[in-house]
Amino acid sequence: MCSLCGILGCDDHWTNAVARPGVYTRNHDTLARRTETARRLKSANAVLSFRRLKLDVWQGRSYVVSSPTGASSVFEALSHLWPEAETLAGREFDPLDDNFIEWMEGQALS
Amino acid sequence: MIPVILLTGFLGSGKTTLLQRLLRHPSMEGTAVLVNEFGEVGLDHHLLDQIDENVVLLKSGCICCTVRGEVADALANLHSMRARGEISFDRVVIETTGLADPYPVLQTLTAHPVLRSHFCNGGVLTTVDTVNADIQVTHRAEAVRQISAADRIVLTKTDLATPEQETALRKRLLHVNPAANFITSFASAETILDGFGPLSFFTTAKAESHDHICGPACNHDAPSQVTQLTDQHRHHDETLGVTSFSLEVEGDIDWTMFGTWLTLLLHKYGDRIFRVKGILAIEGEALPIAIHGVQHLVHAPTHMDHWPKGMDQSGSKSSRLIFILEDIDPEKIRRSFRAFMNVDAVRAAA
Repeated sequence: MCSLCGILGCDDHWTNAVARPGVYTRNHDTLARRTETARRLKSANAVLSFRRLKLDVWQGRSYVVSSPTGASSVFEALSHLWPEAETLAGREFDPLDDNFIEWMEGQALS
Repeated sequence: MIPVILLTGFLGSGKTTLLQRLLRHPSMEGTAVLVNEFGEVGLDHHLLDQIDENVVLLKSGCICCTVRGEVADALANLHSMRARGEISFDRVVIETTGLADPYPVLQTLTAHPVLRSHFCNGGVLTTVDTVNADIQVTHRAEAVRQISAADRIVLTKTDLATPEQETALRKRLLHVNPAANFITSFASAETILDGFGPLSFFTTAKAESHDHICGPACNHDAPSQVTQLTDQHRHHDETLGVTSFSLEVEGDIDWTMFGTWLTLLLHKYGDRIFRVKGILAIEGEALPIAIHGVQHLVHAPTHMDHWPKGMDQSGSKSSRLIFILEDIDPEKIRRSFRAFMNVDAVRAAA
């Protein structure tokens, strides 16, 4: 936990499960964690750019999502990403929306 | 990790009767039981007290909304007593009320900061009253959610129903939850418990009479014949607006993008996605990864120690995802999945 701001930095998202026998995770050592975090940023940013938002790591333990206007929001777990992004964008991210899907399909072709 | 089996089913469907039988089976030795009843006076725990001393009765109320904290407290207390050596158990069974939605209880196991380190989902066992289920499923959302969440469905009172009634019910239940195994309550306790768990559908034989009811067109045993993303296996119950279908994909899946997609999908539509479970061929992994979720909740993904029959033929790995949806067009999910997973720029960059 950060002693200045009190943020726990506890990411309990299912894709980031604590390493234990039988559980599939990429959270088993520092290198794997950093590599997966980089992949996660790429992946999320490919989607967030639909609303011109950007995700980054904040202080190595949490995430910060920001808008082109400079507004930003810090959160600690991936489970908070989409609510935070929608609040910042003022609009929803609907993975089944035709326009959104078409835009993602365009990303795939580009 | 101590597995927690959730025993659910609509009012009067035979949960306590089944639990009594199961607890007498040697393999269920060392089981602690939590009982939740709806009503002022609890009765079921008295029936169970006779055969198991580790029975805790939760206060009356609906397990899915009013006593969720109490479930957590009871589990934490059981664990504490076990750690002090006061009691011994290696499995917990929670018998819910007949009106409970199983999802919040499963969420408690996953989200509770203490419990999630000591307990895991041991599977959802749902009892279904063969005589009355048709009406219950039509009129009671709780019954649909209990069936949707099931890893194994135990048909009770089959002796009171006609063979035609049972066949029709099985067919309807398959529309609601094709990912569950079916068995009748007259089967032995050993058979009912054989291979039971969150991955029962993938790790045990096909559901009882599944092929018989669905027919060869369902293509259950030939995933390798599917050359690209498809939703060939699809069932729909018009009365309920509930649809179940499977997505089958050949080749490896980008785990990170899959996580991003499923998280967004459940964030937006978790209330209407009763169930998602699947086996995934992940890039860089020789063996499959299993995932299972109920509504907004996804449990920690797990390694499987072998490929299920037909999913790794000729060295070509495939993934299979099963969804149970309410008022969502499966075609949109299929298209969304393909759009997200084919973002080549992301795959290349990663």
